Amino acid sequence: MEKLKYALFTGCTAKQSTPEQYMSTMAVAEKLNIELVELTEASCCGASHLQDYDDFLSLVLNARNIAYAEKHGLTMVTICNTCQLNTAMTKHRLDENAELKAKVNEKLAEVGLEYKGTSQITHFLYAIIDDIGLDKIKEMVVTPLSQFNIAPFYGCHNIRPSELQNTTHKTPENAYNPRSLDDLIIACGGESVQYEEKNKCCGFHVELQAPKTSAILAGNVVAGAMDQNADWIVTPCPLCHLKLDTQTDHLSEAIGRDVELPVLHMQQMLGLALGCPADSLGMKHHVTKVDFV
Amino acid sequence: MSTNTITTQKVNFKVFRFNADEDYLPYYENYDMDVTSEEVVLDILNRIKWDHDGSFSYRRSCRHGICGACAIKVNGRSTLACKESMTTMIETFGNELVIEPLSKKRAIKDMIIDKADFWEKHDAIQPYLISDVDEHPEHEHLVTPEEAEELNEADLCIQCGACHYACPVVEVNEDFFGPAAFAKAYRFEADVRDDAHDSRLQDLHKESQGLWDCVKCFECAEVCPKDVNPIEKITKLHQMLFKEGVATSNVATRHAVGFKHSIARNGVLDEGGMVLYSEGLAVVKHLPLAARMFVKGKIVPPWGITKSDNLDEIKKLVKSSSTAKF
Repeated sequence: MEKLKYALFTGCTAKQSTPEQYMSTMAVAEKLNIELVELTEASCCGASHLQDYDDFLSLVLNARNIAYAEKHGLTMVTICNTCQLNTAMTKHRLDENAELKAKVNEKLAEVGLEYKGTSQITHFLYAIIDDIGLDKIKEMVVTPLSQFNIAPFYGCHNIRPSELQNTTHKTPENAYNPRSLDDLIIACGGESVQYEEKNKCCGFHVELQAPKTSAILAGNVVAGAMDQNADWIVTPCPLCHLKLDTQTDHLSEAIGRDVELPVLHMQQMLGLALGCPADSLGMKHHVTKVDFV
Repeated sequence: MSTNTITTQKVNFKVFRFNADEDYLPYYENYDMDVTSEEVVLDILNRIKWDHDGSFSYRRSCRHGICGACAIKVNGRSTLACKESMTTMIETFGNELVIEPLSKKRAIKDMIIDKADFWEKHDAIQPYLISDVDEHPEHEHLVTPEEAEELNEADLCIQCGACHYACPVVEVNEDFFGPAAFAKAYRFEADVRDDAHDSRLQDLHKESQGLWDCVKCFECAEVCPKDVNPIEKITKLHQMLFKEGVATSNVATRHAVGFKHSIARNGVLDEGGMVLYSEGLAVVKHLPLAARMFVKGKIVPPWGITKSDNLDEIKKLVKSSSTAKF
């Protein structure tokens, strides 16, 4: 297989509160013969919050991040849904609007950079499905996850707004009936659990502002997966992961029943199936114990 | 030859039935029908009523995506029945479709719901132009095309409620105004003829209405049959609060502004520092969680953060490209 090469935008979370996500990304990339050039110059994407305050600044900063991927001549791969949304949204807006692009480039020129619009931006999940393919993944599986019922949790910012998201990858995704994560679970040999909340919101973005709303939404996700006999949840988004993994006491209190399930990053699930050593996947960093590895 | 050949498919419909006057609980009725590729969802509702059960109830009027009466849910997706093609629904969900009202808990009879909560919130944002109009004007009040564009098509809303009842926050917090009301508020806030500007904005900034409680899930943008994109309007209202100097310091505004400070300092976000900056003294409530995360190696102290390379570029850009003040 030809070596795939991408520019990796890790986002902030993978370097701080979800170190296991960074570790498992690297472990899986090695197994899949993918070369990741880390964009160490990249700044935070603004996480949809800077965008509430200063839209233009958020465009300039995201355009700068993309400009570094363009310098390498590579597709930018993200490993966080919210990084994906804000970066892809920036690209979409600049590519559509020459005037805005010129304004942003005027600023970038101050630091010797230019946004051209030549790099694609895609989430690692879709890069794997588009460029490696589920059939190939299936062939590469050495430890099928056949004893597990796995609940896919997609995370909003990878599937909505679908009009934007579907421009970032080749395999079409339907926001109301998403398949990518389900198909990856099946390719890994697992059973994909169908439950109502799989494409719903985890509430992460209002955790500080509206903790009750946030905890009810996340609690409903875990409860929905438990009610369909899931053994664990898998997600491509580290923010969803934080919400579902680290505070099950709040979630349980908010919805009035005990809810708790291990939550794995998409990369960790893939890593297990591909035979990556367990300690390279960083399960010890989970707050909710991953007791089956 | 035309590629638009009409095809027919068998579809099983599970239809929500409930009559608040008679039924203790709702139930689902099954209907198997041949559906042609040119039908819309409303055609199916009509056929259920006309061919199967005359008591089946739903709202409809214009059949042209204008009146907003016929919004329902198909397999959990809010949709305007007269505009939604059955072909799309079958492509999306397959040949078993669940037809439900926008809100099951607000059902009165079958698809008909009590939309009072929607209208109360809609009314509360003063959804009209507030302007001291000269009764005998000598000139028309001209709005330039550029100024009209500022509405960003927020005026296309037909109040169908598709977004309101798709919003997960509306579902769990009855005080939350919801995407339709906020988009409508934006429609008048962005109108150069409106004089209520600051007072409406100040009302919107009140915590009880929840402008800052939007979870950013994009459900509203996804379902809107008129492409109003309510979440974009909510974001613009947030920006407006800062721009007009109406925003006061609270956990949500500090959270938004904190990103800029963090980026200016480190390039990347200082996650712990962000919580501290946003919460102020209230940060103590997060200490048990922080302790749990710390022992799992999930908290990096400020001095341990790997800053972005070429940080001087970021600092320079934050300085030169900032457009908002707080």
